[in-house]
Amino acid sequence: MGKLLPWFAVVTVLLLTCGVIWGLAFAPEDYQQGNSFRIIYIHVPSAILAQSCYMLMAIAGAISLIWKMKVADMVAKSCAPIGASLAVLALATGAIWGKPTWGTWWVWDARLTSMLILLFLYIGVYTLHSAIENEITAGKAGAVLSLVGMVNIPIIKYSVEWWNTLHQGSTFTVTERPKMEPEMWIPLLIMVLGFYCFFSVVLMLRTRIEILQRERRSGWVRELVEAR
Amino acid sequence: MYFDSFADFIAMGGHGLYVWLAYSIALAVVIFNVLTPILRKKQFMVEYQRRLKREQRLGEVNKAESPE
Repeated sequence: MGKLLPWFAVVTVLLLTCGVIWGLAFAPEDYQQGNSFRIIYIHVPSAILAQSCYMLMAIAGAISLIWKMKVADMVAKSCAPIGASLAVLALATGAIWGKPTWGTWWVWDARLTSMLILLFLYIGVYTLHSAIENEITAGKAGAVLSLVGMVNIPIIKYSVEWWNTLHQGSTFTVTERPKMEPEMWIPLLIMVLGFYCFFSVVLMLRTRIEILQRERRSGWVRELVEAR
Repeated sequence: MYFDSFADFIAMGGHGLYVWLAYSIALAVVIFNVLTPILRKKQFMVEYQRRLKREQRLGEVNKAESPE
């Protein structure tokens, strides 16, 4: 894990820099929304990642419940604050984008509300992990809550199809070509990939310090500290 | 480059405030996620080293007090 980390970091920086410059300065403006549409280059990736991160957290939680794997529990715990920050980013950029586009910062429609619930789920899991003294009990409680919260993920995904909503449909689907011009969606794709790499980097960083803290009584941590 | 001038780029066709606000929040989230684990590791190392030193000192005191 330690050897991969710098490579992921380099790729993350390259992808994000390239995506941001392309998206902000070179992509053409939207014929209806003008330049405010450039918010898409952080809104869509952060929303996708907030959901992927949640699924990873729930799967890791399930693994730690079933097979009692300690690392899985640490990954699940590390996912919570990262995912929460990504959900905040998706909601905030969505609100900022909504103001010039829909004329309002917030509406209680299905997509926005289910995304807000996702943020509350993250906060709940994070609180359980940090409030319960016993690590094993904390891990179990967090895992159960994140598994129950999994029902929210398909609701977010299909909310724009099941209910009438202000929110537009997905830009990327597996089966069809994007409805945008390539000059618009290629930088978006780069940003999504960049966010995935960014997520893996910060998840690795967090999981590593989590391992150090939990293994602080073992010999190898002592050697590591003494070697510094 | 899509914009004619740097001023146009900053103005974003009148949507500059929205666009730059969104991107600065993104930057804040990135910095938060990178900085917190680094700071936590630093704090862990400092505390651990302090504990090691204290243990060492206690060990020396114990050795000096016990008659051998």
